[in-house]
Amino acid sequence: MSTDTKRRLFLKGTLASGVVALAAGAGLINPRQVLAAWPKSAFEAKSVSEAMKGIAGTDTAAGNDKITIKAPDIAENGAVVPVKVDATKISGVDSIAIIAEKNPTPLIANFKMGKSTHAFVSTRIKMGKTSNVIAVVSAGGSVSTARKEVKVTIGGCGG
Amino acid sequence: MAKSSIKIRAKIKKGACEVKALMKHPMETGQRKNKKTGKKIPAHFIQEVNCTHNGQSVLAAEWGGAISTNPYLSFIFDGAKKGESVTISWLDNQGGKDSMTAKIK
Repeated sequence: MSTDTKRRLFLKGTLASGVVALAAGAGLINPRQVLAAWPKSAFEAKSVSEAMKGIAGTDTAAGNDKITIKAPDIAENGAVVPVKVDATKISGVDSIAIIAEKNPTPLIANFKMGKSTHAFVSTRIKMGKTSNVIAVVSAGGSVSTARKEVKVTIGGCGG
Repeated sequence: MAKSSIKIRAKIKKGACEVKALMKHPMETGQRKNKKTGKKIPAHFIQEVNCTHNGQSVLAAEWGGAISTNPYLSFIFDGAKKGESVTISWLDNQGGKDSMTAKIK
């Protein structure tokens, strides 16, 4: 991330809502210390690349077949889509983020692993329409992704 | 809150501790409209979830409104023993919070 983008994100955050966002803005510079500050700009980003920049610091990440996403091929109800991300084949995973490509705000969640925590999370997400679910895994500064398409017959965002 | 909004099951499986948690929360995205008034329902969702074991953070999650209503979360970590406890706490965007501790079985 260039200094200029960082600054821009920082400014955006500051304008949005004072102290909390300021802390989040500062957190973007060092994502690992962000425990107490929710990254507002990343969660409000409208595109996958912005969301990835906000959460992982880059939007160009190679696909990695060591990451597996378990999600239904067809989700009847977009309001409840079970998703499992397993990156246990990669060592030293710091965080796993889940993104739904075509949601109004694509970033869904970011999980930060402790030292003894396996690189595995399972949760349930909402999806607006059929799209790819993207898992963004950061391990020791390197970022890799995996994606899986989920067909949604009834959307879970709005409507 | 009389009853905790969090349910936790923590179990040792093959030497690692598997934690499953269910939280009660509306998880309102802020994009839905009230059909009668046409007004937007304000966003109300869990932003941060922290899981600790022996005072050490094992998982810190940041969530957006796109996590399902009554969120489910499951993860696995090493180094836990039977009888020890895990604590999960959440904080939402309207300042609400809750916390719950459970024994590992």
